[in-house]
Amino acid sequence: MNIHFTLIAQALTFAILIWFTVKFVWPPLLNAIENRQKEIADGLAAAREGKASLEMAEKKTTEVLDGAKEKSSEIVSQAEKRASEIIEEAKQNAKTDADRIIANAKSEIDQEVNKAKEELRAQVASLAIEGAQKILEKEIDAKAHSAMLTKLSKEL
Amino acid sequence: MADSYSSPNEYIGHHLAFNELQIGDSPFWTLNLDSVVVSIILGILTMGFIWWFARKATSDVPTKTQAFVELIFTFIDNQVKATFHGDRHSFVAPAAMTVFLWVFMMNAMDFLPIDIMATILGWFGIHEWRNVPTADVNTTFALALGVWFLMIFFGIKVKGLGGWVHELFCAPFGSSPFVWPANFIFNLIEYVSKPLSHSLRLFGNMYAGEVIFLLIAMLAGFSGVAGTAGSVLLGAGWAIFHILIVTLQAYVFMMLTVVYLSMAHEGH
Repeated sequence: MNIHFTLIAQALTFAILIWFTVKFVWPPLLNAIENRQKEIADGLAAAREGKASLEMAEKKTTEVLDGAKEKSSEIVSQAEKRASEIIEEAKQNAKTDADRIIANAKSEIDQEVNKAKEELRAQVASLAIEGAQKILEKEIDAKAHSAMLTKLSKEL
Repeated sequence: MADSYSSPNEYIGHHLAFNELQIGDSPFWTLNLDSVVVSIILGILTMGFIWWFARKATSDVPTKTQAFVELIFTFIDNQVKATFHGDRHSFVAPAAMTVFLWVFMMNAMDFLPIDIMATILGWFGIHEWRNVPTADVNTTFALALGVWFLMIFFGIKVKGLGGWVHELFCAPFGSSPFVWPANFIFNLIEYVSKPLSHSLRLFGNMYAGEVIFLLIAMLAGFSGVAGTAGSVLLGAGWAIFHILIVTLQAYVFMMLTVVYLSMAHEGH
């Protein structure tokens, strides 16, 4: 346990080791660790940002979806309304058409009936006149009794 | 190996003898080759290992070894951060790392079985060799004095020569001229006691540990089968307990280094 030159040798070794550590060992380790800390912090910040933007996107999606739903239901209801309108219109048209056709038909029928009546009347008159001629022969003068005959045919 | 010694005294005396190299005439010019060689080898191995991985350190996902190195780094950095307030990365923290790792490795040499190491070295013709550099008071004093000089260096660097001398006379009792002598004596004692307690604490622990290992080994050598069995148990127990002492003493030595250096940075 004597103090001698060993002390100086050990002190020199110590000094060299400290110098070596200060110069070559500590800085790269510090650098690596600080860089990693920064990278991790950046990564966390990016993750947080991503999460926030995802949330925003989700919100926007639901908004868009809601809008689309509303619009589509509006369109559907409009279409339904339009369809019922068209049907109503078609019904109306059909009805007026039908009425018109019926009226036409009726008037035509009336005309036909009148025409037939007229013809019948004329035929009846002529038949009657013919019959009367055949019965009376000479006694009846067509000219002298035409007024009476006409009246008769009108009553038929 | 103890069989070849005639008495326990000789056994212990031999194992506590340094491998001395005389490089001058006076007793001062003696070099404990064992302490110097072991500490230099350990310094190169330890700091070389850390350096090898620090060089390739990336901020990417670390390899397991890099994670281990970073674990040591972070542990020391946290200890320094708690005590030293200033730019620790430029000197104090790396110095603390050197102190901790180097002292730890030198202390850990205590785990090498004494007589097996002595036998192996004996084959090479080396008969006096001590494995634990920190059980050599020269080593611990060298470390403590190194820290002591750093302390004075930083004291002067931070406060200026005037400020440092002013503090020698005006702290801790005040700046009145009547208390100058008291302050000065107080500081003187502090400056003397710091390296003494710093180095002798480590030396005492490691030296005592080594002596106890020797005593346990001697039990095996000089007292037959029962003694050997006892020495195995005791040796294992003491070695396990010594893991704590080795780590704790390295830690205490590092913490005192940091505390002394941070005291030098802070004015009263």
